[in-house]
Amino acid sequence: MALDKNQIAQRIAQELQHKTYVNLGIGIPTLVANYIPQGIDIEFQSENGVLGMGPFPFNGEEDPDLINAGKQTITTLPGAVLFDSATSFAMIRGKHVQLTVLGAMEVSENGDIANWKIPGKMVKGMGGAMDLVASADNIIVAMMHTNRQGESKILKRCTLPITGVNCVKKIVTNLSVLEVTENGFKLLERAPGVSLEEIKTATEADLIIEGEIPEMKL
Amino acid sequence: MINKVVNNIEEALQGVESNMTFMVGGFGLSGIPENAIEALSKKDIFGLTCISNNAGVDDFGLGLLLKRKQIKKMISSYVGENAEFERQMLSGELDVDLIPQGSLAERCRAGGAGIPAFFTPAGFGTEVAEGKEVREYNGKPHILESALTADFAFVKAWKGDTAGNLIFKGTARNFNPLMAMAGKITVAEVEELVEAGELDPNQIHTPGIFVQRIFQGDKYEKRIEQRTVRTKE
Repeated sequence: MALDKNQIAQRIAQELQHKTYVNLGIGIPTLVANYIPQGIDIEFQSENGVLGMGPFPFNGEEDPDLINAGKQTITTLPGAVLFDSATSFAMIRGKHVQLTVLGAMEVSENGDIANWKIPGKMVKGMGGAMDLVASADNIIVAMMHTNRQGESKILKRCTLPITGVNCVKKIVTNLSVLEVTENGFKLLERAPGVSLEEIKTATEADLIIEGEIPEMKL
Repeated sequence: MINKVVNNIEEALQGVESNMTFMVGGFGLSGIPENAIEALSKKDIFGLTCISNNAGVDDFGLGLLLKRKQIKKMISSYVGENAEFERQMLSGELDVDLIPQGSLAERCRAGGAGIPAFFTPAGFGTEVAEGKEVREYNGKPHILESALTADFAFVKAWKGDTAGNLIFKGTARNFNPLMAMAGKITVAEVEELVEAGELDPNQIHTPGIFVQRIFQGDKYEKRIEQRTVRTKE
């Protein structure tokens, strides 16, 4: 069974390291906050100016002056801090944020990522994504393996305008966990019940497959 | 104490003209100068260049100026919430310069701080880097980004005093302090205006030296774009 979006988030949460600062992008990455493993202390940064972001507010307790980068209402946890956008990106550019999780339209085998523009069709802008991918030491992409047309998003080369070069370290999709190595995509794990053939068929890029590929544990 | 208070919105907007460059604070709809935007949308000024992280929504924020086609060019990082914006951009009516959010923030900060340009890794190897000088620092390529300034900066704070000192609340701070620094004339609107001396100088976010005009806004709708809640178990 291919994973659903919550399960992708659940698998990514296993990558969280104790006592680190993490920036979660819009969409599937936001869900990662729901699956922090026991005993792991994390502070979430949102680039619009908050560190120590908490869960969504209870109904009736929403504050228009407290939102995340996806413009959703949020709360803050004890120890939280608020700041301006330049300070926020100083944290990001200055590598004080250890992990960035974000969505993508395409990833190429050298770690390029495209997620901000479809020429002539959709131009929403890059937001903070270009700053994040240019500086974070660890970047994990959360996305579906194929697009709505069923085409692979795991490519030899990106076809869309890129957001950053040579930056993605790991990808968790509904079908697999992939590592970006110097020699290309290395298949690390399969979604439960998903065969190697299914993954190969859904992937345009070449895959490095060494030995038995284990199933993800959720 | 240098008094920065203006009596009304008309006085606050004195000197705004067609073809000027404005900075407008806010992230999404949070912390936008609602009163200034509404008043600008009623003036017959056109051909504006607006520097703002986002472009409002169709019927609120900068969307009001877009609807009347007062804006000729937008400089933003993310404009995904506004259908009219996307239509004007794809049809070529609106000139749009999309720049990475961190670079946008730093370009405003630099503009206010007297730094004409800086190198950043953000955008290297992408469309954003086209035509920009590239230099390697610590073995990594960086691109040269120039500072931004504006004829007017419109910002919004939670509290302010008659000397123009500002305190922001929550994530409504965002670009406001940076744009306040970068405006030739910075117009600050606040929810609560108090006498100089009433704010604790230790708690002030934006020193009044960056603010030329201050007024208390008539009303704040503070619209929420994505109301997201959880239910009590």
